[in-house]
This record gives sequence, C-alpha cells and structure tokens, in this order.
Amino acid sequence: MKFIPHTDEERRQMLKHLAVENTDQLFKDIPSELRLNRDLAVEGGLSEMELQSHMNSLAGLNTGVDQTICFLGAGAYDHYIPSAVKHILSRSEFYTAYTPYQPEISQGVLQSIFEYQSMICLLTGMDAANASMYDGASALAEAALMACAVTRRDKVLVASTLHPEYREVVKTYLHGPGIEISEIAYQEGLSQLADIDQKLDKKTAAVLVQYPNFFGCIEDLGKIAEQAHAKGALLVVCVDPIALGILKSPGQCGADIVVGEGQSLGIPLSYGGPYLGFMACKDKYLRKMPGRIVGQTVDVEGRRGYVLTLQAREQHIRRDKATSNICSNQALCALAATVYLSLVGRQGFKQVAELCLQKTAYAKELLAALPGYQLPWQTPVFKEFVLKTKEAPEVINRELLKENILGGLDLGGYYPELAGHMLFCVTEKRSRREIELLAARLGAIS
Amino acid sequence: MKVPSELKYTKEHEWVKIEGNRAIIGITYYAQDSLGDIVFVELPSVGDAVEVEEPFGVVESVKTASDLYAPVSGQVVEVNNEPMDSPEVVNQDPYGQGWMIMVEMSDPSQIEKLMSAEEYQALIEA
Repeated sequence: MKFIPHTDEERRQMLKHLAVENTDQLFKDIPSELRLNRDLAVEGGLSEMELQSHMNSLAGLNTGVDQTICFLGAGAYDHYIPSAVKHILSRSEFYTAYTPYQPEISQGVLQSIFEYQSMICLLTGMDAANASMYDGASALAEAALMACAVTRRDKVLVASTLHPEYREVVKTYLHGPGIEISEIAYQEGLSQLADIDQKLDKKTAAVLVQYPNFFGCIEDLGKIAEQAHAKGALLVVCVDPIALGILKSPGQCGADIVVGEGQSLGIPLSYGGPYLGFMACKDKYLRKMPGRIVGQTVDVEGRRGYVLTLQAREQHIRRDKATSNICSNQALCALAATVYLSLVGRQGFKQVAELCLQKTAYAKELLAALPGYQLPWQTPVFKEFVLKTKEAPEVINRELLKENILGGLDLGGYYPELAGHMLFCVTEKRSRREIELLAARLGAIS
Repeated sequence: MKVPSELKYTKEHEWVKIEGNRAIIGITYYAQDSLGDIVFVELPSVGDAVEVEEPFGVVESVKTASDLYAPVSGQVVEVNNEPMDSPEVVNQDPYGQGWMIMVEMSDPSQIEKLMSAEEYQALIEA
C-alpha cells in the first residue's frame, strides 16, 4: 500500500503546471543556510507488528494508578470512574472532541452540553456556564482576561497558594496583553488576607484564588470576596469540583467567575490529558465569557430544542477580536463529566466528597503521629495535605515506589521554602488498608 | 429602505446626526435589516475616546457579530443605554430610540468625508 499519494508522474505534472523544474525551487525563498540540507535522522519504517510491540514496551515503562497505590494528587486525581462512563462516551454519535459545526442538527450533543452547563452551574453556584474549555489552567487564565475586560482594569492578584503550574499559564496568557500580576503571600497554608488588602487597588481587575488551594487548605472565600468587591475587583475562584460536594459553593461565597479542572469528574489520568476546563459566571458577565453556550429554546411548534449561542464572536467574523482562543472544544470530556455526575447523583457525589475528607483526615492523623513527620499547619484541608518530612521527599518516594506506592509531591521544586515538605492526596479510592500500609512504610523509612 | 435625508452616513452603515460640535451615531435601517434580530449591543463608556474609522462597539445578531466604526474622532459624552438593555430597539427604531452614542468631535472637518443620504442610498442599492 502506498502512503504517499502522489506518483512521480503526478508530481511532474504539477511542477510543469507551475512552470518550475523541481520541488526545491518552490523553497528557494528560504535561505539555504536555514534549510536542513540532509535527510531526517529517522530510521526506516517498522511493520505494524513491530511498531505495536515497540509501543507496548514503551507503554510498559509507565507507572499508572492501575499498578500502584496512588497518594499523588496536585491537580490530577485518581477518582473512581463508573464503567458506564466509557461505554456511553464511546458511542459513535458522541465520539468527537468538537462541538458540531452544523450545531442545530446535533440535538443530542447539544442537549448533553446543556446538561453539562446546568450541572456546572449547580456545582459552582453560578448563573451561566460555557460549553467547556481546554483545562483548568487555561480556564483560569481566560477568567483573568475576562475579569480585565469586565472591569476595564489591567492588574490581577494571584494567590501563591494557587497551583504553581496554573500560575505559570496565567503569566503566559497575561504577558501579551501586558496585564500586571501580583502574588499574594501565604501563611499557615492560606492566602494572607492582610496582604490582599495591601495589594488591592483601583487598578485590580480580579483576585484569583483556589478552593481548596494547592495545599488542600480551604481559603476563606467570603472574606476575600468582600475585600475584592470593596475595591471594585472580581473574585475568580479555581475549584476542585469534587470538593463542592460538601463545601459551600463559590457562588454562595460571593465569587464572580468560577473555573476549574474537571478531570476529577469521570476522566482518567492519562499522562496529563485530555482534561476538561470549566467556566461559569454570574449572569451580568455572561457576554464577556469566552467560548460558547448551548441554550434551550422552543421551535415554531413549541417543541423543546437546543441552540449553540455566542459562537459568532469567536468562530466566525470577529475571531481577531476574540478575547480568548477557545475555538475548539472539549465536548467529549464534558460529556464524561456529565455522565459521571448523572451516574453518581447528588447523594453519591456528596458521598465521594465525604469519603475524600474522612480518608484524608485519617491519613493525616496517622502520618503526623509517626516520628520524623509533622504537619506544618493546622488549617482544615479537604483531600490533600502537606507533611513535613525528616528524610528527603525524593528518597521517601523512591522507597515507596519499591512497594508499589506512588508517594506525595515534593513541594521543594515549586516552593523553595517548603523543601522537605510533601503534598499527599487521599481520594475515595484509597482503602483503610492502603492508608495504613502507607503509614507503615513511611514509619519504616524515617 | 429608509434613508433620512438630514443625516450623514458611512460606508460601514452608521448614520450621524450633527448637532453643533456633537455627533449622534447609530446604525442605519439597512444595517439592522441585514443583521437580522439584534441580541446584544456593546458600547463604549462616557469619557472614552473614539477614533475615526476605528471600531467603538459591537452589535451581535442571531447570525453574526459586527463592529461599529466611528464616523468621526472625539470623546464620548453620552451613551444610550436602551440598545444595551433592549437590543431589539435597534431593529425597531434605528434612527430614533436605537441611537447609540454622542461624540464631542475633535475634528469637525471629518464630517465632510461622510456620505450624503443620496450617496448612501446609491451605495446600498448598488
């Protein structure tokens, strides 16, 4: 089988039509010193069987949550996924990451997105949610841009308790438009309210915080909302949706825009993606929200129907003026989240959150009681907590891996002042036996 | 197509009513008719500067979103909230209740470059 579609004869005809002698002439505008001038350093092809075997051996080098007991979180979580999620997801009528280009024909997809938006609104306590975004970090950055557009201001305050990689993404997004970023100091694992007050000014478009934050600690959103609003700034909250099963919703606490990573909602850990960003806001900011929305309406005969709205700004005529580059979509991941939420149900979702809370509390108590380990802060946490260790985190993790345990995140790389501290995560999937095993192994290491 | 004779026009389908040093700006009957049902209007704030031939706002209809281009340069001294609160007013009364902004002109000679009603009529019939 030929994989290169053009025959020599076809190439000759094309060149003749273009009145050039050979293909090289087509590239003559590129200076020769910039051209590769040699063959690519890749080997010849493999047969399908050889390739499959090669890929399998590469895949075998990975360590996944199926082979290990995972206490690693920090933005990517090992939650239980009901098996029905993947079966519904792989139905061919749903199986695309795109929202449809002839949207109104695809009523089923539109309805699923409408349900998704409705669930995100319920979870976050916001009025409107868009049809989804790339991931939590880019959704947060887009929310910062949106807040600047709403307030017509050009500075944002970012909590240093926010995921360090999310902060990097925010910096990248805000660099182009020249928006100033100021970071809020933390104390006892929480954003320092006094520092927020000090840094908030009439130029500040928004305060960005995470809830629960990167350390698993639960920020006082109500207080931060008051501070932000007093200066005319918006409160942007980046949430772990699972936590919203038991925590007061950001909307109830006064948030204006809520974003987050939806991976926890039925999307597997798969080397970092594809993930799901969600974004919701108060009604009055709806028009400044990037992306599109699926709306519910009735047709001329009064029958229920769904429509894709707010897409013209981004997709068609005004693309150059769009505040965001969200022109593709994570519809399949949004569908996974929708199916997950509908399967676990309101009560089940609350139970997942409660199990995370209880199991984390149990692990925290067991680990802190071990010699050589202590809790740096007494702040309430949800599904993650920081543990100070005597032995180097790197050594600890290497030892744990020998026992098939994925340990916590070494915080020193992100927060130099927290060298010798680890971030552990306990989801509802961890059993009592596994938590006790972790404690036993850690006890043996120190 | 209604093209009131006392107004000036741009090729981007805005109309301008001159009152002393001030220009009242809206979009034409033809523009609203071509856009279809208008669902959203975004306008600048009082005090903002607008630049001739540069976008100053957006009208969004069920089928498209279009920029509004300033016919003259100057400072926005008044903004009509009605198109923002009830965008359909632009469809219903483009030359009246659907007006958009009033600008204090910085260079009134720019008016000379605008089209007369006859010229605009010829443009939309072309």
